[in-house]
Amino acid sequence: MKRIVENTHPLAIRWFHWANFPILTLMIWSGLLIYWAYHPYKIQVVGVPLITLFPEWFFNGLHLKRRLAEGMSWHFALMWLFTLNGIAYVTYTFVSGEWRYLLPKRNSFAEAWQVVLHDLGIRKAPLPADKYNAAQRIAYSSIILMGIGSLLTGLAIYKPIQLAWLTTLLGGYAMARLLHFALTIGYVLFFMVHLAQVARAGWNNFRSMITGFSVVDENV
Amino acid sequence: MTNEQLSQPSERETLTTDQQIRRRTLKAFALFGLASLAPVGLWKALTAKPLDQGVPTALRAILNANEQVAKAYFSNQHLAPTYAVSEAAKQVRTNGSVGLRSSLDTEAWQLTINQPGKSLTLDLDAIKALPKHDLVFDFKCVEGWSQVQHWAGARLADLIDMHNLGTRTGKRPTGEGDYFKHVGMETPDKAYYVGLDIASALHPQTLLAYEMNGEPITAPHGAPLRLIIPVKYGVKNLKRIGTITFADERPRDYWAERGYDYYVGL
Repeated sequence: MKRIVENTHPLAIRWFHWANFPILTLMIWSGLLIYWAYHPYKIQVVGVPLITLFPEWFFNGLHLKRRLAEGMSWHFALMWLFTLNGIAYVTYTFVSGEWRYLLPKRNSFAEAWQVVLHDLGIRKAPLPADKYNAAQRIAYSSIILMGIGSLLTGLAIYKPIQLAWLTTLLGGYAMARLLHFALTIGYVLFFMVHLAQVARAGWNNFRSMITGFSVVDENV
Repeated sequence: MTNEQLSQPSERETLTTDQQIRRRTLKAFALFGLASLAPVGLWKALTAKPLDQGVPTALRAILNANEQVAKAYFSNQHLAPTYAVSEAAKQVRTNGSVGLRSSLDTEAWQLTINQPGKSLTLDLDAIKALPKHDLVFDFKCVEGWSQVQHWAGARLADLIDMHNLGTRTGKRPTGEGDYFKHVGMETPDKAYYVGLDIASALHPQTLLAYEMNGEPITAPHGAPLRLIIPVKYGVKNLKRIGTITFADERPRDYWAERGYDYYVGL
């Protein structure tokens, strides 16, 4: 028999989650418009460059060239929404008690490895039943730390004189810019794994992030 | 209800749950679709014409609001970190040459200072007569790169103080409110021009520089006199200063006219 489980995801969490999607997308897009104007980063192994960040076709394909001014205006407008949405989300998780499902537990770091093995199909035994498994707890908490990191490194390169103490603390202007960029790459990697996991988890799970309720089939 | 009834639910009950699921799913997705119009609306609002100096009006308004926040936090006590002279770049980057393309007789060069009711012309020796300050700092370009550079010259604040400039009374200021709100600078050919807020102009690290790496400034770097203002991106560090003007209205600004933030304060 099918049964509706109410409040799988509280409305506030769904709201903050989905609001963050267009905001972060536009922040990454405007960030790329800014990054194009000076794009020195590359990934190299023992001095051999492997990947240039980014190759010409990437900038050309996404029409990212010569739009620095536009990128800066967007970035410095949407930074407010990104920050406010993030603060609202974190505040809500603490006030509502949702943080209990989201923060890693003492055994989460050991258990996360079992989750990885399970998700890769190596471990056959089912995972312990919990709203979020160990790997999810770590991922969903890390992404908040990354958000705080983006805010701080962003401030450090936005106002490096007025907030010189912060810029210095983060290793200087050039380092803060590199960290700000690296965190963005982190979001993209997170997003790819997130999408794959949502696809794997299936319709009921995805629907619950929009409707709030999930359905359990108790005959199974 | 007995256990038997629970384990074998009637057809009708199952349908009701399914119907409920379907109905609530449709409703939630419809609302979700409707909510998705919010970012579309935001995009439309932020890109709506007309443009204000190359930027959609709404975005320009936000940039100007950010400026007010930044000004509230700005302080002369917040200094750009300084470095040892040995850390300064020997090959100093030059990024712009607008305003430098006409020829200039640096011997005959003079600095003109204007403000309502007052006008002044100074030669380089008058600038050099002011206390000289060396500054080794991380010069930051709006493009994103930075470079540790070594400059030397007079504080703009000292020049203002020495000649009682920048006040509406034309006399020594009795408070910050006495100053005009803005300072404009232009190259002699008027091809390049910047506008500064008075607080940034009076910052102790804002220099009228005539030396780079201990030598007179070379032509591509803005000989004979250029602005070095660490609290702004490089675009405001005008080379080859021709005129300085104090005013309450925002002076024109080359890059602000081309879609950049006017303030660009660091």
